[in-house]
Amino acid sequence: MLPLSASMDFSLGAELLIALVLGVGFGYELERAGFGSARKLTAVFYLYDMAVVKVMFSAVVTTMTGLWLLSTLGLLDLSQLYVEPTNYTAQIVGGLLFGAGFVVGGYCPGTSMAAIATGRKDGMVFALGMLGGVLAYAEFTPGLDAWYKATAVGELTLPAVTGIGMGWWTLLFVGILAFGAWGMSRLEFRFKHFRPPT
Amino acid sequence: MAGIGDRYTMNTLTHPPVGAEARAGKSASQPFLNPYLAGFLLGLVLLATYAVTGRGLGATAGFAAVATWLASFAGPAHLESSIVHMKYWNDGAPLLNWTLFLLGGAFVGAAISGWQANRFSFSIERGPRVTDRQRLLLAFAGGFVSAFGAKLAKGCTSGQALTGSSILNVGSLVFMGAVFAAAYGLAYFVRKEWL
Repeated sequence: MLPLSASMDFSLGAELLIALVLGVGFGYELERAGFGSARKLTAVFYLYDMAVVKVMFSAVVTTMTGLWLLSTLGLLDLSQLYVEPTNYTAQIVGGLLFGAGFVVGGYCPGTSMAAIATGRKDGMVFALGMLGGVLAYAEFTPGLDAWYKATAVGELTLPAVTGIGMGWWTLLFVGILAFGAWGMSRLEFRFKHFRPPT
Repeated sequence: MAGIGDRYTMNTLTHPPVGAEARAGKSASQPFLNPYLAGFLLGLVLLATYAVTGRGLGATAGFAAVATWLASFAGPAHLESSIVHMKYWNDGAPLLNWTLFLLGGAFVGAAISGWQANRFSFSIERGPRVTDRQRLLLAFAGGFVSAFGAKLAKGCTSGQALTGSSILNVGSLVFMGAVFAAAYGLAYFVRKEWL
């Protein structure tokens, strides 16, 4: 029964080895998709290359379908998976800050690794900025962690909140992806004049 | 047959770098993978992460672990003044952090992919209307603000947008909406940096 972590106790060494192996797959796919490039990433905000949304959305739909399938077949216990408690204020304000940093800085935390690994100096500087940001959070606003806990509304998932099963939500997301793929190809055509010359 | 020299001057097919390194470059790097296929494969990595660890991917926590390691040089009393540092202290081994090892793996994986596709290039990604110095300043500021935002929201594009959305976490979907709202809202004002 999955997840393995529910029935097995990994040693620290084993856990870190698992992290390393999964990380290789993670970074490999990010770079394959072109996410080591800030211009490729930020292109999504100028609508001439929607790769960021295409990759993210198809990754989410793939994982969602896989989780649903495994749990329907009785191979995975969904209740054993970690769900970060929702805190609307934190997710909205933090999300706005994160989005602003993304379009200004050109990367996000994971993709900055792909940028550094392929020699992008702006990726290295972005990562230094990130280090400054997490350090500032820990040094100057450590109380925000306690505030998050105190004002969180709990572990909310759409199936739990709406009573509509995960299978239906998965189907809806597949539908949105199919429709979105068509819409995004239209957008890319409409805004192709923004695309830098090769 | 591409030589060492080519590898250092080349960049992506569709987004050539503007720096001096780029000028001599020949365009022999491979095109990017189809985004839907890349997303599918990324989804399989995330699914495997869930199946093995019961948690998904992350990235910001790895940076937080390094920050705590750096702060530890200011002495134990200083660390104890912040519960955030204490959370990442890990009994004196902050660098043995799961997400930091994930990031290390991601670095290796991306390096392999970039090397295979001939995409390695010491360069600065920017549009033609900003200088290298301006771009690096904006990269630092952007990194700073997004990292603070990720700490506040308890996750970034990896931990919230990908991992949380896959399990239909309401907060993650709200986070993703806020990220795109801010980025699209600001895109016009920073267009000179990219276009």
